[in-house]
Amino acid sequence: MSTLLSVKNLSKEFGGVHAVEDLSFEVEKGRIHSIIGPNGAGKTTLFNLITGLYQPSAGSVHLNGRSLADHKPHELAPLGMCRTFQNLQICMNMNALENVMLGRHRHLGQGTLASLLKLPALRRADRDCRQQCAELMAFVGCGQYLNHHASAMPYGALKRLEIARALASEPDILLLDEPAAGLNRTETDALREVIRKIADKGITVVLVEHDMKLVMSISDQVLVLCYGRQLADGSPDQIRANPDVIDAYLGSRKPEEEATA
Amino acid sequence: MATVNARTFDTQSKAPGLIGLFVVLALAPLLAANAFHYDLMIKICLTAMVAVGLNLLVGYAGQVSLGHAAFYAGGAYASALLTQNYQLAPLPAMLLAAVGVGAMAWLVGRPILHLKGHYLSMATLGLGVIAAIVINNEDQITGGPDGLAVAPLSVFGHELSVFGSYEWFGVAITGTQLWYLIAAGGLFLAVWLALNLIDSPLGRALRALHGSEIAAQVAGVDTAKYKLRVFVISAVYASVAGSLYAHYSGFITPDAASFGHSIELITIVVLGGMASTYGVILGAAILMLIPQFLTGFQELEMVLFGAILMAVMIFMPRGLVPTIARRFQKEAA
Repeated sequence: MSTLLSVKNLSKEFGGVHAVEDLSFEVEKGRIHSIIGPNGAGKTTLFNLITGLYQPSAGSVHLNGRSLADHKPHELAPLGMCRTFQNLQICMNMNALENVMLGRHRHLGQGTLASLLKLPALRRADRDCRQQCAELMAFVGCGQYLNHHASAMPYGALKRLEIARALASEPDILLLDEPAAGLNRTETDALREVIRKIADKGITVVLVEHDMKLVMSISDQVLVLCYGRQLADGSPDQIRANPDVIDAYLGSRKPEEEATA
Repeated sequence: MATVNARTFDTQSKAPGLIGLFVVLALAPLLAANAFHYDLMIKICLTAMVAVGLNLLVGYAGQVSLGHAAFYAGGAYASALLTQNYQLAPLPAMLLAAVGVGAMAWLVGRPILHLKGHYLSMATLGLGVIAAIVINNEDQITGGPDGLAVAPLSVFGHELSVFGSYEWFGVAITGTQLWYLIAAGGLFLAVWLALNLIDSPLGRALRALHGSEIAAQVAGVDTAKYKLRVFVISAVYASVAGSLYAHYSGFITPDAASFGHSIELITIVVLGGMASTYGVILGAAILMLIPQFLTGFQELEMVLFGAILMAVMIFMPRGLVPTIARRFQKEAA
């Protein structure tokens, strides 16, 4: 197994608050790597650092051995990295399929004159793109909304739509920020299958999620964050048994309780 | 995996809209009783051309230009000066003017569009004011407030003047009617190009800027670059319409570059409906017709434009056509 994403001594301060502090971990190719932690642990900040929306105060992020320092957010899709958002980022002025087609942006011709004149090559490429994106929507399980306007779709379907859009860019690594938030049990089970199928395609998945059942059942590796620091990193079984993790989630016992226990 | 036939879900075909526009443009002369009516229709078509281009910027990319009159006047004056002082034929002059105006938009937009927020409105506001001052004061070149005479349009040596009369294939038409054909043809072409653009991957990226800039970035869209591109395209639209207007009217004044004209253009886009290409054509028609009913009360024109802008923002923020279209859809559903 080779390392795809490596984070070294990454820190981010917001005016004295250490949202992420001296964090190092590696994600191996083809695996599902989950990141968990209590609210405010710095999970989304970490995603924003990796995807270039924030600039780190210190430390580095490498993708395929290549430093991502000073990369703008739009430069990451061509490098094979794509993500979804905890609070949806869907273009509500477009229909569902167009949202997914936006994801294929980097694979399509963008010439101004070709676009104005709608040259045949561009038209053909766009038709193929339409077909591929429709299949992706079916793949993530929102195929029935193909022709819907994004603003007319239910929340759960929009979450999947974002995944389809991210997949459309043909990423090597996909970062999912709380994909199960707001979903019911059935929807979450369906999501689990989707994530598994994505991993089966050979796409590395980094998953930030609060749903422990989902995380523990699907992950190859779990990283636990607490107050921006790494608390533990290991297989789901190791994490389940880790006393620090249990403390962070359930609170530590007071000394007197320990004495009586 | 089940294969999905996405072709059945093709985005709405452009054909019905374009055919509708063609029919309206072809039938409009039936309403024209005299040369004055033709004059009005020509002006509506040329203004609608500018508005269709401006709508690409405002309605799709979500950026506001308060100085589009400068690009319009830029095209008009460049065409006038290039044909007069450099003896260039009108068509190459028009092309050169468009390139020059596009370059000017690029120079202004490039540093500004890297910033987030509505800095483009401020920069274009400044540009518009400067353009008006320059045209008014450089009277050795531009004729200043007295205006500038422009040579009529000629194509491969054939002069197409408003005052001429022509006969082709046994059909006799007046110069004014010919100019209506040119203006209507220009508008039709402008709409066709704009619709193509909107439906292309480039257009999708532009609409995404308005929908969610972060989503666009994550998909690999260099947002600053795309805003700049559409800004330049919209400036070129204004320039070409300005050049056509200059050749049509034969006389241009600094009014073309005035702040009031910029506001009029923005009002047209907002009134007709942002992100609605056909809407802005209707907007142009309405706004150009209003002054005809205000003869004698011309000072009220700006007041009325302001009132229209406010009323639209309050009662139908999507604009006329999208609001009405939505109402029809709801009733049908």
